[in-house]
Amino acid sequence: MTHHPDQSLPRSRQSISGPILGPGSRRVVGLAALAAVVALLPLLLPNAFYFDVAIRIAILAVNGIALNLLMGYTGQISLGHAGFFGLGAYGSAVLTTHFGWAPLPALLAAAGLTAVIAWGVARVILRLRGHYLAMATLGLGIIISIVLGNEAAWTGGPDGMPVDGFSLFGLTLSGERQWYWVFGGLLIATVILAQNLIDSPAGRALQALHGSETAASVAGIDVGRRKIAVFVLSATVSAMLGSLSAHYSGYINPGIAGFLQSVELVIIVVLGGMASIYGSIFGAVVMGLLPQILAGYEGWDSVLFGVILVVTMIFLPRGVVPSLATRLRSAGVTGKGGAAC
Amino acid sequence: MLPELLQFILSGMTLGAMYMLSALGFSMIYNASGVINFAQGEFIMVGGMAASFLSAAGVPLPLACVAGVMIAGLVGGLVERMAVAPARDAEVASIIIITIGVSMILRGLTEILLGKRPHALPHFSGEAPLALLGATILPQSLWVLAAGALIVLGLSLFFGRTRIGKGVLATSYDRLAAQLVGVDVRRVLTLSFALSAVIGAVGGVVIAPISTVAYDTGMMLGLKGFVAATLGGLGSGPGAVFGGLFLGLIEALTAGYVSSAYKDAVPFVLVFIVLVLRPQGLLGAKPTDRI
Repeated sequence: MTHHPDQSLPRSRQSISGPILGPGSRRVVGLAALAAVVALLPLLLPNAFYFDVAIRIAILAVNGIALNLLMGYTGQISLGHAGFFGLGAYGSAVLTTHFGWAPLPALLAAAGLTAVIAWGVARVILRLRGHYLAMATLGLGIIISIVLGNEAAWTGGPDGMPVDGFSLFGLTLSGERQWYWVFGGLLIATVILAQNLIDSPAGRALQALHGSETAASVAGIDVGRRKIAVFVLSATVSAMLGSLSAHYSGYINPGIAGFLQSVELVIIVVLGGMASIYGSIFGAVVMGLLPQILAGYEGWDSVLFGVILVVTMIFLPRGVVPSLATRLRSAGVTGKGGAAC
Repeated sequence: MLPELLQFILSGMTLGAMYMLSALGFSMIYNASGVINFAQGEFIMVGGMAASFLSAAGVPLPLACVAGVMIAGLVGGLVERMAVAPARDAEVASIIIITIGVSMILRGLTEILLGKRPHALPHFSGEAPLALLGATILPQSLWVLAAGALIVLGLSLFFGRTRIGKGVLATSYDRLAAQLVGVDVRRVLTLSFALSAVIGAVGGVVIAPISTVAYDTGMMLGLKGFVAATLGGLGSGPGAVFGGLFLGLIEALTAGYVSSAYKDAVPFVLVFIVLVLRPQGLLGAKPTDRI
C-alpha cells in the first residue's frame, strides 16, 4: 500500500519541463536562499524569546528532513522517530552527568549507540510493510520513552534531568544567540547532505525502492541493505540532534521521545510534502509557530490545528510545497518552483 | 495463590473486552477502506463523555447510554463524509494525518464543550463486588464482558446474514468488483465508520463507571486497540477478538506479577515480538505482493 502511481508522475514531469534552470542550478538557488534567510533572520529577531523559537524550528526542520529521507525517499513509515532523538539526548545527558564525559565524546558515543540499536531493529522490522511497519516503529518509540521514564536512577524518571551546557576545547556555548548559529549551520549542512544523498546513485536507488521494491531488486539494487542504511542514517542524525538540543535546553524529560513528538515529525514531513526537503522546512516553520500563535486558546488550539491538517491533506494531498510547485508550473510559471527536488 | 491468579485473569478479561471493542472498530474501518483510523480512541471517548454528561444532566441512565452511543455513531459517519471521503485518492500517510487531525478536533471540541474534568457514569447495577472462588468481580465488569460478547455475536450475524453486511465484506475484498455488482460503496464506507464508532462507544460507555473518562483518555485506548488488532492480524475479526483479550490478560498478569511500572510497555514489546516472528499477525492471512 505504500506505493502509489501518482507519486512518481509529477516528479518526472518536472525534470522534463525545467528548461530554464537545470536541477543542479536550482539546487544552488534554493540553498543560497536558505543560507540568506538563516544569515539575515537575526536582524529581525528582537529578543532571546524569538531566537528560541527560531532554534526550535531549526531543530524540528533537521529532524523532519532526517525522517523525510526515510519516509519520502524510501516510502517507509516511522511513527517512533522521536525515540531516536530521545536516545541521543539521554545518551549525552547520562554520559556527561553520571560518568563525567566531555560533551563531544558523549555525543559521538550516544550517536554510535543509537546507530547500533537502529541497525539491529532495522534488520528485523524493515521486512514489515505499510501499517505493520508503522505499528512496529510506533511500539519502538513508546518502549524507549517508557524506559526513559522508569529508570529514574539514571534518567530522573518522569520529571526528567538537567543537562550541562556544551563545551569544546574550554569554550562553552551560551545564550540563544550563539546556539542560533549552531542550529542554523546544522540545518544548512543537513540540507546539503540530504541533497547529495538524493542525487547520488545510492539516492536514485532509494527512490526506485519507493516506486516498486520488486522492480528495484530486479534492477540489481540490494533492497534490504539500502533500507537498513537509510534507516540507520536517519536515526543517527536524529540522535546527534537530540544530544545538541539537550545541551541547548539544559533540561530534558521523557516526553521528548514520546508518541506525540513522533507524530509531530510525521506531520512535518507529510504536511510539507513527502520527498521534499524544503517541504520539511516549511512543515517545521508551521509546527514551530502555530503553537505559539494558538497558545492561550485552550481547546480551540487543538481544534484549529486539526482543521488545518485535515483541510491541507484534502486539498493538497501531496503536501503543501510539492502540490503548490506543481500548480505553479502547470499555471505556466516555468522554472524555479524547485522545491520538490 | 489461585484466587490471586483468578483475580488477575478477571481484571484482564475486563480490560481485554475493552481493547477488543477498540480493535474491532479498527479492523472494520481497515477492512472497508484500508485506512488506519487514529481517531478510533476518540470515538470511544466521545461515547463515554456524551453518556456521562447526559446522565449528570438528569437523563435516565439507559437513555443516556443509548444516546451517547448514537452520538458517537453520528460523529463517526460525519468524520467519514467530511474528512476521509474527500481525500479518497490520497496516499496512506496523508490519510493517517487526516485521522490524526480529526482526533485533535474531537479532543478539542470535547474539551471546549464538556470541560477538562474527568467524568464518570454511575455503575449500572450497584458497586457491591461479587465473590467468585475467592476472587471478586464488579458487577460492572460483567456488563463489560456481556457487552463485548453481544457485539461480537451481533457483528457475526451482521456480516453473515444481512445484505448490507455482505456488501461491507465484498467492499473489503475488492472495492471495484463490489461496485460492479451493485454495492453502494460510498454508503458502505460511511456505514463502516459509523458502525466502528458505535462499537467503540459501547466500550467507552460500559467502561466509564469503572475507569473515569476525560477528553484525553481516548488516545491510549486507541493505540492499545491498534496493538490488539495488529497482534491478531489487521482486518481479521477473530484476530481482533483474540488480540484484545490476549492483550488485556497479559497486561493484567504483568502488572500483578512482574512490574506495574512497565505494564504500559508490555503491549508494545509483545506486538514487536509477534511482528518479528509472524509479520502478518497471529491470525492474519499471509500477504501476497502485487507487482
